[in-house]
Order: sequence, then C-alpha cells, then structure tokens
Amino acid sequence: MTDPIIRHYGPKAYADHPPFSYPDYRSTVKRAPDHDLLTIVQTLSETTGPGPVWTEVSEEDADLTTNAGTGQPAIGERIIVTGHVLDEDGVGIPGVMLEIWQANACGRYVHWRETDFPAPLDPNFIGVGQCVTAESGEYRFTTVKPGAYPWGNHPNAWRPAHIHFSLLGPSLGSRLVTQMYFEHDPLFPFDPIFNSAPENTRPRMVARYDHDVTEENWALGWRWDIVLRGKAATPFEEGDET
Amino acid sequence: MTKPGETPSQTVGPYFSMRLSGEGQNILTEDEERIVITGRVIDGNDHHIEDALLEIWQTGRSGRYHHPDDTRDLALEPDFIGFGRAATDFDTGVYRFETLKPGPVPDAEGQNQAPHISLIVQGRGMLNPVFTRIYFSDEAEKNADDLVLRSVPESRRGTLVAELQPGTDPPEYQFDVRFQGEDETVFFDF
Repeated sequence: MTDPIIRHYGPKAYADHPPFSYPDYRSTVKRAPDHDLLTIVQTLSETTGPGPVWTEVSEEDADLTTNAGTGQPAIGERIIVTGHVLDEDGVGIPGVMLEIWQANACGRYVHWRETDFPAPLDPNFIGVGQCVTAESGEYRFTTVKPGAYPWGNHPNAWRPAHIHFSLLGPSLGSRLVTQMYFEHDPLFPFDPIFNSAPENTRPRMVARYDHDVTEENWALGWRWDIVLRGKAATPFEEGDET
Repeated sequence: MTKPGETPSQTVGPYFSMRLSGEGQNILTEDEERIVITGRVIDGNDHHIEDALLEIWQTGRSGRYHHPDDTRDLALEPDFIGFGRAATDFDTGVYRFETLKPGPVPDAEGQNQAPHISLIVQGRGMLNPVFTRIYFSDEAEKNADDLVLRSVPESRRGTLVAELQPGTDPPEYQFDVRFQGEDETVFFDF
C-alpha cells in the first residue's frame, strides 16, 4: 500500500484575523465560542480538502455582467477584478475555486430575504460568479461595482461596497471566506465588519485601482491578491523523520 | 522581500446562499446505503441560528479522500467527492445532509481513526469559520480508541458524537452544533 502524502501546515495566524466575538458587530456576541479552541494533530482529514475536486465552472461564470443569461448587460460601472491567490511564501496556488456574491450597482442583493432598502433590482444581474485559478494562481472576474447598502447593526449603519469571496484551497485549514473592499471608501471608519480585522491586516482586504488592468473603452481595473494559509513546503511521506 | 500575510477572514453574511449551499449541494450521494445527518446550530441564547452554513468533508466507504495527497491504493466511489454544503432552514433552523458513512483514516501514529466527518460552520455574525468533527454513536468501540476524541476532556466528548435515531431508514444521525453554554461543541485548532 502506498503511503499518503501528509503536508503539515504551519500554525494558523490567528492574530491576522478578526476575533470570534467583536461586540461592535452585535450578532457576533452570541455566535462565538466561549471555550478556547482545542488543538489537534493534523491528519489526512485536516491536510486534505475539497479544493482540488470542487472545480466545476464554465467560462461564462466569471462574467457577472452577462451571466444572468438574459442577453442584456447588467447596469452599473463595469469593472475587472483580478489578482493572484498565493500561499504564505507568495507562490501562486493553481486550481483554487473562487465563488463570489455581491450586491448590484444600487446596493441590492438578489436574495429572498426581506429588506427595507428601497433600491431597485436589475433583471440582468444575478450577483453570483465563480472561477478557478490558473497555473500561476491568477483569477479574473468581470462585474459591476457593487453599491453600498444599509444594515441594522446600529443607527445609520452602511456597509462599504464589497464583494464576498469564498476560496477552497488545497486543504481544510486553508478554507477562507472574506470580503474584498475598494480603496478610499469613505465608509471604512464606520464599518465594524471591516474594522473587526486587526488594523495592520485590514489593507489586505482592499483592492487597488490599477490602470494597467483597465481596458480602453470597456472597463476599469482593480487588483487584489488573496493569501491563503499554508506554505510551499516540501511534502514528506508518512513515517519519515521530521 | 517581505512575505505576504494571510488575508483576514470576514463573515459570510446573510446572503451566502446566493451561491454557497445552492440546490443539491447537501445531497452527496443517492446510494441505497446512504445515511442522513441532521440537526440545528444553536447560539448563546439557546436559539437556533437561521442563517448558518455547514460544510462537510469526508471519505467514502474505503477511507480514501478524493484528494491528490491521498495516494493510498483504495477504491473511490464514482461520483462521490466527499464535499457538501447545507444551510440551516430559515424557519426551523434545521440542516440536513445525505451522504455515505465514511471509512477509516490513519491517525498521526498510523492507526485507524474512528469514522468521522470534518465539519466547518460559518454564518452571519461569525467572523471566522469554526472546525469540528462528527463521530457516530454506533461506533462506540472505535470512538473509545480515537486519538482526537481521547484528547477531548471526557465531559465534552459527547458534543462530537452524532446520535443514531432508532428505527430510521435510511439511518438518521442527529448532530447539533452549540456555540456557547454547558454543551458547547468542541471546536478545533490544527
């Protein structure tokens, strides 16, 4: 029997992430564990994950301005969002599934859940897309810039414009769901979700305008790299001395 | 050159089901010998969470993961990836998976672990995912030898064991996730 490959990942950088409980974002308080996490040794159950097999996409899925399939383009400022998915050594990770969801240009989501926000829906925009990173780790979406929208966390609360990103990396421990923001958003100081991340890591969630990505007479370009837990370590066979 | 740090986690928010947990993502198999895993996710007020996302990762019957690192010469069921997603029901808080009972996977010492499913829970109001495992109440003997379960204080081990419901067909296991309180689920760091 061939031994499996056990790729031991270094410890998660908890200090780079928000705490579980962050009272300024009210609903975290009763949805955070009270106990400390219990540390366990990594086995195949932790060092593998669905990333390499959950990869079914078509090319149309990466263009949210047309993937509603109505034949008409979505309304809003057309943008390109591109960058690389990297490991902690800065090496691109191929085959990562990115799934995104976002509000339309007016700040409305296509979701059955009720909202009091009287912003229009766009019949030509479903707000959902997916793509898989190339060999270099590069990904690329075309979409419309999402609008800011109000929420009920505190009086006059507004979320800065953002796109939700879900990433399935090579292992369970590299699972990441995050949000991409747009640089210079005036709502940053007022948003407890953005500010739940430590001050020094908040810039890692912010896309930069990149004129080299912008396409003439077509779309404005934004660049954002995403770093998943894990290093480009050499794997070893089970039973090897470490 | 400085190395890039991890991108911080953010909540999935209330609208994740636009993409994650879409239709059929909770049905991993239609095999005749499938099992059902169902339950609720409970917050610190003892209320069910109406917008939680559960993701499971597991082997098929042989114990081999559908992953390039699992190079063991064991059978993989065709059409069984071992990954699924479910959202809790907005009104009842109940989630449901239909899947296969997983096989044995080696532990850090090379012995077989008890059958288990890795579970990731996220939701609105959760800034990070939590990781836990689902074990099975009808595997008491294997559970007693399992290195991970044995590392959990005895009084909390039960929070990781799904209870087989008598008389159910397909066999239905009940597994609730509790964030706080006396029966708080054990969540892992690895």
